[in-house]
Amino acid sequence: MDWLALEFMQRALLAAVITGVTAPAIGTYIVQRRLSLLGDGLGHLAVAGVGLAMLTGAAPLPLAIAVCVIGAVGIELLRESGRAHGDVGLAIIFYGGLAGGLLLAAFAGQGAGALAGYLFGSLLTVGAADLWAIAVLGAVVLLVAIGLMPQLFAVSADEPFARTIGLPTRWLNILVVALAAITVTVSMRTVGLLLVSALMVVPVATGTQLATGFRAGLFVSMGLGATAAVSGTIGSYYLNTAPGALIVVIAILLFAASWPVSRLLQGRPDRPIEVGSPDDEPLPEQVTEDHPHVHGPGCEHVAVEHAGHIDYVHDGHRHAAHGDHYDEH
Amino acid sequence: MRLTSEQAPGPAAISAAGLGVLLGGVPIVRDVDLAITQGEAVAILGNNGSGKTTLMRALLGLVPHRGEVELFGTRLEDFRDWNKLGYVPQRSGILVQQATAREVVASGRLGHRRAFWPESAADKQAIADALAAVDLTERARHRFVRLSGGQQQRVLIARALASGAQLMLWDEPLAGVDHVTQQLLADVARRLIADGVTVVMVLHELGPFAEVIDRTIFVQDGRVVPHTPDPSHHHGGHEISELAANRPRPHQTGLEAL
Repeated sequence: MDWLALEFMQRALLAAVITGVTAPAIGTYIVQRRLSLLGDGLGHLAVAGVGLAMLTGAAPLPLAIAVCVIGAVGIELLRESGRAHGDVGLAIIFYGGLAGGLLLAAFAGQGAGALAGYLFGSLLTVGAADLWAIAVLGAVVLLVAIGLMPQLFAVSADEPFARTIGLPTRWLNILVVALAAITVTVSMRTVGLLLVSALMVVPVATGTQLATGFRAGLFVSMGLGATAAVSGTIGSYYLNTAPGALIVVIAILLFAASWPVSRLLQGRPDRPIEVGSPDDEPLPEQVTEDHPHVHGPGCEHVAVEHAGHIDYVHDGHRHAAHGDHYDEH
Repeated sequence: MRLTSEQAPGPAAISAAGLGVLLGGVPIVRDVDLAITQGEAVAILGNNGSGKTTLMRALLGLVPHRGEVELFGTRLEDFRDWNKLGYVPQRSGILVQQATAREVVASGRLGHRRAFWPESAADKQAIADALAAVDLTERARHRFVRLSGGQQQRVLIARALASGAQLMLWDEPLAGVDHVTQQLLADVARRLIADGVTVVMVLHELGPFAEVIDRTIFVQDGRVVPHTPDPSHHHGGHEISELAANRPRPHQTGLEAL
């Protein structure tokens, strides 16, 4: 645990926790709107801001945020007006940003090597001033993502309906992409611009597997994001790797592990699948006399709610206990 | 002559004059004049592609339109009283992954809530009442996407109920919904109408709503046309006149159209 005494490690861990919590929080709305790859594109755009900072000698974070937010809002306005229908337009903006950033960095005499710390994250580059900026911006993103949860959920789930209840849908949409742009840029020191998008999407997918409900999914994915970010940061210290890669690999491993867990959760007997309608006429039943296995909650068979009782799926049939025998449905 | 011109004067919930909608340069709704009085139950009927859904979306300001639309006497452009509206869009438009039925219904209550503020006791009660009205209290904590088509439709109706709307606009509530659910939705509509709520529905056929609907507006090729006799829209006609006669209502017009 000697790394805890290192000041840069403390800063890196704090920055990682903030990224790990904020990226899935805003990512939840991005995924909901089926814009999972938006974060990736915004990361490319932020490279242009970093390149510009290298050329002008300005601090990279504010400039990258400015470029990324302006680009994100522009993309949202294009999308809203229907002019960015295909994703070709978006691809041109995104790759223009990446190529422009590389060129600007080259003009500044820094080359692609200097950009690597932003593209893949770099623990050593998180300074005290950066940490403050990251903390403040992260707090703003979280305040909105959690405080406006019902409004942002309504807009991303059903925009026409949200308009008919008087929500300012355009501003809420712009708010989401602007906050996504800030999150992406803020994460460039920890996860890196090329991989931050994964942290906006993968923990959200895992949270969706594990939790029932939008709100629960949001908080579970924030917890998963923080877990991946902290363990990845510590691991990268020992393995001497870029933290972003390890954080994302851990997030994906958590997603893979969530499959069997979610199967267990969904197999819970208190949530049977419902088929048919309680008012349906009962079908003529086929009776099975000989059935050694006793079905019940927790047995390996899928539970199906049917006309007021629970059937268990068994060899392609639905079984229901009926007195001393089983009915087949 | 338009059916709507027979309408007796009364406080209007919706009125439109010269309403037109162009989508991609194609006229979808053309020169529609209509007036729906508060407390009326009106069905907008028409074939697929006739423009009836676009007409409803134009009345809500969801698509750019030409002409004038007024809701409760206020121009649509100036209308801010959104809590008076209960819109139920077609089911396919909703994008939810893991949200529960209750979370979807709760979003119908947002017009009453302040930003950054939690649900009040009144909000919680309204959400619970809306779920109970469509008989889905048991399913409140289930994922919306896992519910059957009929249950999803009931969730969307409950979402519109949660705001306590005075004007319901339901777009094809019967699409892909079984017989039992259709009856349940007709019961919900009957209770709303008894409470004085204006109900406007885009429908393919009246089905179980025949006995609660006062008047039909027939849309063909983007225009409101006089109702042509069509046997499929006639069943239940007897109950309509009976039910309408029992309700205090300043206007009995439009029933002739049925």
